[in-house]
Amino acid sequence: MTDLLSFFAGLLVCAGVTYLIRALPLVLVKHRIRNRFLCSFLYYVPYTVLGVMTVPAVFGATSSVVSAVVGFAVACLLSYWEKGLLTVAAAACIAVFCTELLLPLLSVTV
Amino acid sequence: MLTRIQRARKHCRNNPQQKQEKLRTKGRRTSVPETFYHRRAVCQRSLRLYAMDDTRTSFLRGLHDGFPICLGYFSVAFAFGIFAVSSGLDVMQAVLISMANTTSAGQMAAVPLLAGGGSLLELGLTQLVINLRYSLMSVSLSQKLDPAVRLCDRFVVAFVNTDEVFAVASSRPGTLTAPYMYGLILTPYVGWSFGTLIGALAGNILPAALVSALGIAIYGMFLAIVIPAAKQSRATLFCVLFAVGLGCMFRYVPVLAQVSEGFVMILCAVVASAVFALLAPVPEGEVTDS
Repeated sequence: MTDLLSFFAGLLVCAGVTYLIRALPLVLVKHRIRNRFLCSFLYYVPYTVLGVMTVPAVFGATSSVVSAVVGFAVACLLSYWEKGLLTVAAAACIAVFCTELLLPLLSVTV
Repeated sequence: MLTRIQRARKHCRNNPQQKQEKLRTKGRRTSVPETFYHRRAVCQRSLRLYAMDDTRTSFLRGLHDGFPICLGYFSVAFAFGIFAVSSGLDVMQAVLISMANTTSAGQMAAVPLLAGGGSLLELGLTQLVINLRYSLMSVSLSQKLDPAVRLCDRFVVAFVNTDEVFAVASSRPGTLTAPYMYGLILTPYVGWSFGTLIGALAGNILPAALVSALGIAIYGMFLAIVIPAAKQSRATLFCVLFAVGLGCMFRYVPVLAQVSEGFVMILCAVVASAVFALLAPVPEGEVTDS
């Protein structure tokens, strides 16, 4: 019983903190920001955040670094050709899957 | 084929009651003809239909854009479900955590504390550090939302403002309406909760090779957002490279590697964005258009 209570207390704290972090800026900043520096800053934020989240974490996302590198390369190439999100994501998955199928064969022959 | 708006307009023109009224009064204008009210009602109805059409298309577009996120989330949440159950939580608890938090890194960090009975202060601080980046995203998203988006809608959207939802939302041209945002967050939230449930229930149904392959889906999506933008603007390209370089430094240089991942992300994103906002300010108007 106390276990369950402490779990729910912990869950409440986690969810509360996370929600406040997200909701407060979205609700409080309602007006358009005119400041040029802030505008530019906010323009760059999504790309830098995504960049930092992708590299180097992507290389540990699959069960081997080699397949992750192949998947990363395929995703880069397709995004450079401006394919859609789903296409790029699916192609990267397929590339990883195929590489991991082929890897054991290669290591046997080498 | 006529759209609903065109049909409503046609109805407005050929409405029999109006014709009869014209015939009866023979063009003479009496006080206020009742057709006036009728016509006004019909026009208001057509306006409402128009608004509904708009709502529906925005919502559907949101659904369409959110679906890849849903696929990616399903696999990540699946992994989370396996992780939570193997850490000693039961299936319902794992699902509740996913439904209440909707953060990948934050939840992963919370599970050992929740299972092992960490202090509430510790829990709160961990979440604060790991998830502080969302405040940055929320400020950025607040600039993309249409000013007409109501407060209650903002409270709901904030709940599912995850990395991926934010990324897709900020890659859309123009401002974002409430129906679009609802469409965008619906399937990712369902995928996230459902993925946790399935992962927690039966972690070993999917073959390991498939789980591994799905692991890269989220990153593929990120690249599909960053690379086209970097291709268009050289400043964006260098900004991202700078941020990634900083990130790698914090990951691999011995002393710096001790800084927590949440802080590293905030620090790198803030520093790189600030430096490039000073060096290469974005021209006026391009911020919301691009």
